[in-house]
Amino acid sequence: MTQSNLLASIANELRGIGHRMIERTWRLGVGARLFALAIIYSGESFKRFHLTLREIYFTGVMSLLIIVVSAFFVGMVLALQGYNTLQKYGSSEAIGVLVALALVRELGPVVTALLFAGRAGTAITAEIGLMKATEQLSAMEMMAVNPIARVIAPRFWAGVISMPILASIFSMVGILGGYLVAVPLIGVDDGAFWSQMQANVDFRLDIVNGLIKSFVFGVACTMIALFEGFDAPPTAEGVSRATTRTVVISSLTVLALDFVLTSFMMVV
Amino acid sequence: MTANIVEIDHLSFGYKGRLLHQGINMVFPRGKVVAIMGGSGSGKTTLLRLIGGQIKPSKGEVRVTGEVVHKQDRDGIYKLRRKMGMLFQHGALFTDLSVFDNVAFPMRELTDLPESMIKDLVLMKLNAVGLRGAHQFMPTELSGGMARRVALARAIALDPEIIMYDEPFAGLDPISMGVICGLIRSLNDALGATSIIVSHDVKETFLIADYVYFVADGVVAAEGTPNDLMQSTLPFVHQFVHGEKDGPVPFHYPAAHYQSELLLEQVV
Amino acid sequence: MDRTTIDLWVGIFVALGFAALLGLAMKVGNLTSSKIGPTYSVTAAFENVGSLKPNAPVKSAGVVVGRVESIVFNSADYEAVVTIKIDKRYAFPADTFANIYTAGLLGEQYVGLEAGGDEVVLKNGDKIAKTQDAIVLEKMISQFLFSKASETDAKSEAKATAPSAVTNELKGGKSTEIGDVAF
Repeated sequence: MTQSNLLASIANELRGIGHRMIERTWRLGVGARLFALAIIYSGESFKRFHLTLREIYFTGVMSLLIIVVSAFFVGMVLALQGYNTLQKYGSSEAIGVLVALALVRELGPVVTALLFAGRAGTAITAEIGLMKATEQLSAMEMMAVNPIARVIAPRFWAGVISMPILASIFSMVGILGGYLVAVPLIGVDDGAFWSQMQANVDFRLDIVNGLIKSFVFGVACTMIALFEGFDAPPTAEGVSRATTRTVVISSLTVLALDFVLTSFMMVV
Repeated sequence: MTANIVEIDHLSFGYKGRLLHQGINMVFPRGKVVAIMGGSGSGKTTLLRLIGGQIKPSKGEVRVTGEVVHKQDRDGIYKLRRKMGMLFQHGALFTDLSVFDNVAFPMRELTDLPESMIKDLVLMKLNAVGLRGAHQFMPTELSGGMARRVALARAIALDPEIIMYDEPFAGLDPISMGVICGLIRSLNDALGATSIIVSHDVKETFLIADYVYFVADGVVAAEGTPNDLMQSTLPFVHQFVHGEKDGPVPFHYPAAHYQSELLLEQVV
Repeated sequence: MDRTTIDLWVGIFVALGFAALLGLAMKVGNLTSSKIGPTYSVTAAFENVGSLKPNAPVKSAGVVVGRVESIVFNSADYEAVVTIKIDKRYAFPADTFANIYTAGLLGEQYVGLEAGGDEVVLKNGDKIAKTQDAIVLEKMISQFLFSKASETDAKSEAKATAPSAVTNELKGGKSTEIGDVAF
């Protein structure tokens, strides 16, 4: 009796795993389809660029404040911590390099993407989810207006355009924050700070690669936010869950993608 | 040009094996106001979605201006939808656009009219529903009845041949109800359109409808002019009509011999 | 939200982004310093280039005058052939000395050029004959230890033979002990 019970419960567990797996894969497929449709129907977001501009305002400009403030503090902390370690080896002038490389290569794109997911991604998910729940998307469809062309694609491109801009601003502001701590506060030589940085930060290998990263993160974060909103059950609970999922999935995706991209970029 | 602008022919529809409709036949003659009535969950709204081509029937077909809806490709369906206007249950106004922009939305999306002409047209449509003075408000600033009227103005923005109303009276105060009621009739006659009303408010619907279909258990349980149905002795219709205490149902009609006019179809 | 306001803000946003990128490229990155105008290339063969990498600076009197373009291994004489690009504005005599130096104790390596006295100057495609290899830390340490060791040897041989005899005796004793244990 106990043996058959055990077998049954194992089978149940396996069935559960299988069910979840199939569901996840199915959702991934639906997401990929939405992505493809967003690309196919993105003509309008460029022909009528003010649609995209409006979304850039809501995703990019509205995220500016949180990006600038976080970048400033991240840069300052990096400089403080870096100085702490570097001075033990008598190379505190290298602090500029440390701050710049850390920001341009990793922290700029990654932290920007994480903040973007929290600030703009959730807003996108909630907005689309509510538009769906209040039948606005349905109404659009009944008016012979394609919601993917009119709602999804402009938001997608706005996110993709905003992210590298935000990441560049993050890196630059972070470096300025690091500068403020390193030079006036700690007393590292001003010239050494910048010259060491310039000698060691490569435009193509570091800055352009950072931009490529943030572009990829932009595609991923925006698409996840859009899909979660589009796929959310049309209830208050459904939208709130979708919003949470946006943050969780975006963050995990960004960190995983960062590893993959970094390892690709390391191969010279 | 057929006399009936919309024809529903032996239509069956269901989700996952459970049939919601089982062989429904309806015709909607040009220029008339036709109501579809029935209890909650009887699939009235689904019928509108089937007419709009948002979902496909399991069996049978819906013809709009002689063309089978579910056999159209995307462009074909969009072409048909441009002949339709739909008022959603809660209005489904675009919450990020002002009243003016909501009404202008179909014109801007689907026509190449110059902005000056769009302005005149929008004000005319808003004037028709009595809300020209509210054109700068946002949808959240409107009362339920006003929102419904704005949505109505949006539905008739492109002078559709078919106007569909999904529960136009639900959740409105008596005054707003009367206003909407009058608007449906007057707009229908002024535009020379055909109106399809889905509702369970007997009093208002009977006031303006030329012909009424009762849907119950997936079939058309009864049909006829409001007068005929008021005098129906069919238990369901009688109960439904009687549910409204304020209903203008004269008590003293025995009405046994009118039963012959009621068409009963029992398709299982 | 008014469309012109949105346009203005987005304009500011994009301009800020470009300013940040420009700042990164010019102030932080090496876009300015790596652009050194027209160049000519010369090669130099080293027995050991240490950890010199392509794109490392080429300096003369501490000023960057060029960049390392490529480093290839020549299997004919087992040497590393380093191609360097030098700014056309700077001419160097044919007998210029090329060294591989390290910036600081653990810093990156660069090529240092020390001008000779020749009348003829280096042209595109020329080879620098006089080179000095990178200093490899392990080699330097082992050389240092070796020289120390030989110094001590020389001293002890000059002073007396007794200490070394003691050492020999000890060694002999030890080996017998080990032998005992083995049996």
